[in-house]
Amino acid sequence: MNIVVCVKYVPDTGSQPRFTAEHRVDRAGGRLSELDEYAVEQALRVVDTVPGTRVTHLTVGPPAAAEALRRALAMGGDAAVHVSDDAIAGSDAPATALILAAALRRLSPDLVLCAMASTDGGTSLVPAMLAEHLEMPQLTFASEMSLDEGGTVRIRREAASEVRHLAAGLPAVVSVTDRIGDPRYPSFKGIMAAKKKPLETWSLADLGVPAGRVGAAAATVVDQITARPPRAAGTIVPDEGEGGRRLAGFLSEQKFI
Amino acid sequence: MSDVLVLVGHIAGQVGKPGLELLTLARRLGDPVVVCAGEADEAAVETLGRYGAERVHVIESDEPQEYPVAWVRALAALTADVRPVAVLTESTPDGREIAARLSVRLDGGVLTDAVDVQAGPDGPVVTQWAFAAGYTVTSRVVRGVPVIAVKPNAVVPSEAPVTPSVTRGALVLEEADRRTRVVSRTARESTGRPQLTEADIVVSGGRGLGGAEQFALLERLADALGGAVGASRAAVDSGWYPHTHQVGQTGVTVSPQLYLAVGISGAIQHRAGMQTSKTIVAVNKDAEAPIFELADYGVVGDLFEVVPQLLDEVARRRA
Ligand SMILES: Cc1cc2nc3c(=O)[nH]c(=O)nc-3n(C[C@H](O)[C@H](O)[C@H](O)COP(=O)(O)OP(=O)(O)OC[C@H]3O[C@@H](n4cnc5c(N)ncnc54)[C@H](O)[C@@H]3O)c2cc1C
Ligand SMILES: Cc1cc2nc3c(=O)[nH]c(=O)nc-3n(C[C@H](O)[C@H](O)[C@H](O)COP(=O)(O)OP(=O)(O)OC[C@H]3O[C@@H](n4cnc5c(N)ncnc54)[C@H](O)[C@@H]3O)c2cc1C
Repeated sequence: MNIVVCVKYVPDTGSQPRFTAEHRVDRAGGRLSELDEYAVEQALRVVDTVPGTRVTHLTVGPPAAAEALRRALAMGGDAAVHVSDDAIAGSDAPATALILAAALRRLSPDLVLCAMASTDGGTSLVPAMLAEHLEMPQLTFASEMSLDEGGTVRIRREAASEVRHLAAGLPAVVSVTDRIGDPRYPSFKGIMAAKKKPLETWSLADLGVPAGRVGAAAATVVDQITARPPRAAGTIVPDEGEGGRRLAGFLSEQKFI
Repeated sequence: MSDVLVLVGHIAGQVGKPGLELLTLARRLGDPVVVCAGEADEAAVETLGRYGAERVHVIESDEPQEYPVAWVRALAALTADVRPVAVLTESTPDGREIAARLSVRLDGGVLTDAVDVQAGPDGPVVTQWAFAAGYTVTSRVVRGVPVIAVKPNAVVPSEAPVTPSVTRGALVLEEADRRTRVVSRTARESTGRPQLTEADIVVSGGRGLGGAEQFALLERLADALGGAVGASRAAVDSGWYPHTHQVGQTGVTVSPQLYLAVGISGAIQHRAGMQTSKTIVAVNKDAEAPIFELADYGVVGDLFEVVPQLLDEVARRRA
């Protein structure tokens, strides 16, 4: 089984995001999207159960994004591919998906694993877009995933009003949630081994993707980004035996009671 | 005016509030054309018309229920037919998946998580909240038919009655559309409380509750206030409350009039799901908990003292 895990390099969730003059996210000082670790974990669990499984991590991003690949490789897997090109900066979801799809065609996976969303853009668009480009079925927001010997992948999807089980034949694109099983932590041995694993860098030209279709040629533009005004400081009271009653007083003033 | 496609989807019983919200926004852009299937009977058509649907297109097929990608084929065909100024879907997992595939098929742009949509001189202007709702972003689609996925609760549905024309059409799927199939669906039992994403008041509990049984205390508070119950991931991961109630980055986003956080520290991933609530109240025994940075009113204390007293006081004031 040939699995490709799509992993994204994102700004640290805890830090204040910065933007460039072109309204792009400043990608300096990022990390592997925490949610993508759940996708990596699922790939590695298949390795443990299906002999001969090969895992490749794939990212589209600036030079520093190689760090996300090294982190994924430290968790496990065999190889990594980094698509990097100056022309990619500023790409929106359609452009990112176009590039990822071109790379995936070259890697011809049986299973493409993604996370339910990135932790920065968080649009959840990319997995379904990949499925559309690659003419594959998609199984998204999986909280459980299983593969059977006949090449069918099954997932559990927790929708608001119902629990759904979905199935599709391979090759397929699956995106996973953080309910699917905790990712392993890279071991020291894993981190050392990752340094020796092959990491290839591909350009747009290598993939035959015209530079005019990505980056600045995006299908969407951001006109404005403004920090939301900080919330006005509230009233914080210690409970000295009257906390519940005082809170009731506030709620009543605000007409909630 | 030009048409706007509005994906209302499968109708079972009443038309849901999210569909009416989409119609309310769609009217700003053009003449809403609803795309739906299921029980699109007279009552449903009347409701859709009351919220401004100029036309209701009913897909006479159950296949979209079984093969979700079928909606993409239906929308792509209608887009070619009516050349709409935009296509609106819900920004739910289902809606975004459809929006994603559709935009690739139309070779255009797509914007998700819209909290507002306005007509502009160069097409629809979409407002999104980015980075745990710390920023407000306005964007436009500049290639192809704009596909816009709108968050629940983005707008209060308002009426603008018209009598819709009704068209009915078959849907001929191709082999590729049937590759992802729904094997089973199990409806969730109703709690009798308001839907989390639609509730005016949300009472959420975290690790501070210490166990599943203690959530009964929160349910009593929610019922006393007429609200819904939410939970942090820590509480959900501990198995104390169902995942469908998780508020935050990997749960639902809520934006109620009142959000009451009980025994929740206020991690960034939790804040991402509740930061835009109108009034935020926190009860936490740790004065340094980050949730107090957001709180309009906070009580530093033991929730097992504060909440029961609050319940008694609510009951006393109501008596
Ligand atoms: C706040 C914000 C809002 C945005 N809104 C929109 C929008 O509405 N429409 C739009 O077209 N663009 C939008 N973008 C741009 C978009 O986020 C990026 O173009 C991004 O490259 C792809 O989308 P995503 O991060 O939302 O990924 P998602 O679709 O949320 O990612 C899901 C999964 O796809 C895979 N994946 C995604 N990106 C990569 C990558 N670069 N390399 C490898 N795997 C990847 C990962 O497995 C990831 O977990 C937005 C960006 C920001 C910062
Ligand atoms: C990728 C990713 C996605 C995530 N998504 C989400 C998400 O969607 N939603 C989410 O909530 N989290 C999410 N998290 C987890 C998040 O980082 C926090 O771990 C989580 O929100 C903590 O939950 P908590 O506040 O209940 O627990 P804690 O942080 O442990 O806080 C418990 C609080 O209860 C207080 N307390 C304890 N006892 C009492 C008492 N008797 N009376 C009063 N107060 C008391 C404590 O002072 C403390 O502040 C995500 C994390 C990651 C990495």
